[in-house]
Amino acid sequence: MATKLIGERIKRKEDPRLITGTASYVDDIKLPNIHHVAFLRSIYGHAKINKIDVSEARKLPGVVAVLTHDDIKGVLKPMPCVGGVPDMHLPEHYPLSGGKVRFVGEAIAAVVANDRYVARDALDLINVDYEPLPVVVDMEKALEKGAPLLYEEYGENRGFTWKISGGDIDKAFQEADRIVKLRLVNQRVAPIPLETRAVLAQYQDRGVEGELTVWTSTQIPHGIRTSIASMLNLPEHRVRVIAPEVGGGFGCKVDFYGEEVLIPYLAMKLKVPVKWVEGRRENIQATDHGRDQINYIEAAVKNDGTVVGLRVKVLADMGAYYQLLSPAIPTLTGLMMCGPYKIPNVSMEVLGVFTNKMTTDAYRGAGRPEATYLLERTMDAIAAELNLDPVEVRMKNFIQPQEFPYKTATGLVYDSGNYQAALQKALDHVGYKKLREEQKKLREQGQYMGIGISSYVEICAFGPSAATATGGWESATVRIEPTGKVTVLTGSSPHGQGQETTFAQIVADGLGLTMEDVTVQHGDTAVVQYGIGTFGSRATAVGGTAVYLALQKVKEKASKFAAHMLKVDPKGLVFKDGKIFPENNPEKSVTLTEVGLAAYLAKDLPPDTEPGLVATAFYEPKNFTYPFGTHIAVVDIDPETGQIKFRRYVAVDDCGNIINMLTVHGQVHGGIAQGLGQALYEEIVYDENGQLLTGSFMDYCIPKAHHLPKFELDYTVTPTDVNPLGAKGVGEAGTIGSTPAIVNAVVDALAHLGVRNIDMPLKPEKIWKAIRDHAKK
Amino acid sequence: MKQVIQVTINGKPRQDEVEPRLLLVHYLRDVVGLTGTHIGCETSICGACTVLLNGVAVKSCTILTVQANNGEVVTIEGLATDGKLHPVQEGFWERHGLQCGFCTPGMIMAGVQILQRNPNPTEEQIREGLEGNLCRCTGYQHIVEAIQYAAQKMRT
Ligand code: FES
Ligand code: FES
Repeated sequence: MATKLIGERIKRKEDPRLITGTASYVDDIKLPNIHHVAFLRSIYGHAKINKIDVSEARKLPGVVAVLTHDDIKGVLKPMPCVGGVPDMHLPEHYPLSGGKVRFVGEAIAAVVANDRYVARDALDLINVDYEPLPVVVDMEKALEKGAPLLYEEYGENRGFTWKISGGDIDKAFQEADRIVKLRLVNQRVAPIPLETRAVLAQYQDRGVEGELTVWTSTQIPHGIRTSIASMLNLPEHRVRVIAPEVGGGFGCKVDFYGEEVLIPYLAMKLKVPVKWVEGRRENIQATDHGRDQINYIEAAVKNDGTVVGLRVKVLADMGAYYQLLSPAIPTLTGLMMCGPYKIPNVSMEVLGVFTNKMTTDAYRGAGRPEATYLLERTMDAIAAELNLDPVEVRMKNFIQPQEFPYKTATGLVYDSGNYQAALQKALDHVGYKKLREEQKKLREQGQYMGIGISSYVEICAFGPSAATATGGWESATVRIEPTGKVTVLTGSSPHGQGQETTFAQIVADGLGLTMEDVTVQHGDTAVVQYGIGTFGSRATAVGGTAVYLALQKVKEKASKFAAHMLKVDPKGLVFKDGKIFPENNPEKSVTLTEVGLAAYLAKDLPPDTEPGLVATAFYEPKNFTYPFGTHIAVVDIDPETGQIKFRRYVAVDDCGNIINMLTVHGQVHGGIAQGLGQALYEEIVYDENGQLLTGSFMDYCIPKAHHLPKFELDYTVTPTDVNPLGAKGVGEAGTIGSTPAIVNAVVDALAHLGVRNIDMPLKPEKIWKAIRDHAKK
Repeated sequence: MKQVIQVTINGKPRQDEVEPRLLLVHYLRDVVGLTGTHIGCETSICGACTVLLNGVAVKSCTILTVQANNGEVVTIEGLATDGKLHPVQEGFWERHGLQCGFCTPGMIMAGVQILQRNPNPTEEQIREGLEGNLCRCTGYQHIVEAIQYAAQKMRT
């Protein structure tokens, strides 16, 4: 059906409240008599705690409680980890640690006071008797014999070993002309949403059946409800979780954190509303970190550039504990290790390693940026080794458009794709041939210009329930009200993606209404009964499809009412401009308002029809979707300083059908900025004592406006048949595509000097050193 | 210990008794109840807390409330006049200059200041003018375009 709203650039419905400062994030919510929590956190990377003395803190006027591990032991269960892999060591992990601390920032005491300044004052009055222990922060060292152990009882710092393979890897290596080897470090970075985490809880006693209400800055309100209920031993229907406005998540708010159960616990115990707002330093210390892998890569190649086998060993730094999904993240790297290429023989071994650092978990792309980085750096290394153009190597190995659905050696089935077309479009955009010629000339003049290509395919629209840790469906309700206006409820609780607009587009389009006629609600478990949340680029493809399916159901029912009122056949009625009519007879119509009213007044119901005009759908996707694209970065490097200047940044993405061009652009821009941040600036650094050296915005550099180039975006459109919208998802594409493109560009700029690799972040100093070291030779 | 201060906030004068250590951003949010001004770092780097104090964009997380005594503060809530959005606000809406919206009030205030100083800024100058503000969602390009939109609108 030709549509008028879907695919358009529509201004966002959520913006008016956000640009006038009238929106409410967790910290903006006021309740009478709110009390504030501050956490005392470990200052050591590894230490035994002999004693915590909180007596002075308790005496400070305004302080109403100070909690330590002893107060919650036996009361609260340990924190859950649902992203497990077979045969892993699963350490017990409590919201407040006792006995031992294993990273700087680990919470050991909570102070509750009637004022946030007083709560912080009280932290200074707590005395902790620490006995420092030897620290290990380096994964490779952690695996050595005799390394300090985080968990004596395991006798090792290896948390798990996970393997995946396909084809015959040994045979591939026997038949290869050459083996290309590479060791890559995918450094630890931090998601850093601009709104830090925040939790507010209120318990209303109501005599018998009290209700616990928790406001938290999360991507998964329903999952949080289940977790809180289970940890506090409450029936789930007495817990209400609200994610109001959420100021960014990027994966780190898919987690369930200790603070999210401790704050509700305190509210119940103290019978006052209790709030905690994470400080930025806490956020960098104790909110999930991402990436942190070392990849040892061996590619078996033919002289013409064909990759016949890929063997990778991955060390994945888990940090000191597991959070909700930690072990599952690097498994996604394994699943996606073939990328857009026909690599028939693969094997990957992932070692999850414990170190004295904050835990790693999901961060935008979660596992796929790592896979794309290792593959796309390898493709360039192969090109360099064989003296081929990087484009040629990619084109040679791509899965062909007619081969979809395509089953990879790791067992995934890619829905649809046309990788050549996206690469070609990107090449045309930047004028690749000409640039290469220019590069030659510049090199002769001693100038360094580099072109970096990264072709990616990613797994998204999480996803079939059988393959996900928490269920991969999504729910939606479409309710036509007696006024003919429409309310949509979605379990895809957004944190900036704009679902209130895109979902309204889908529904307004389907019912022939305007954007103003439709409102979308989310993020409150008392309003939206069930849902999974927003992550893994699933909002449109899974959440949007649930909306679409609920819409079809409600349309069917509305058609019955309209047909009854018009005395026509309900089949094939048209919904347009607020009216419903038979296709060939627009004169004979009823308005949606009349239908809505009739459905609720229920005086004259069509046969076998219930009153009301509401439908709910639970959509279970039959497969993931696989968006793809090519990003190209063109950079100039100043040989004197190692400074990088962007000439061009071109991205051609294919996310299937597009609902709102404006928000898709926005998602890609933001994604590139984060991937670029990792390539050039961002890095979480601990010193060898486990002290966090990048614990504030002074030393953890997230890109500012003048750090970034202008992005030139384009698209190819290859719809998926996995869902009726044909939409694949785009939230993580920019992050996945950009990092290798930029690193490839920088290495390419220095290739003629013999530079083969520089590990991220590519700070000017590192580049300058690489130039100096190679120029010497 | 508490001190009496007088401030005009979004055109309305008021008087309060505050602790000398109370940060302006906490005063605005917790005492006055204007929560549009956000806190992203409390260390004057992210710019989420940017407000206008006596016409100058400042980071309210590094100013004590007592320093604003007898001053005039404009927050994001006071930017629209008679229910009509300020051109910079309009620009952010038109050009999709925001996603999660958390940095947005600070960004808008910074945008207002940029245009007060230079009604016709180049892209480069806008990017430099945003030096003190972080956004983690947008990649800034639409923010730059939003400010360009406002500049155009305010000139004509
Ligand atoms: S909160 Fe003031 S600059 Fe970040
Ligand atoms: S819109 Fe989210 S931080 Fe800027």
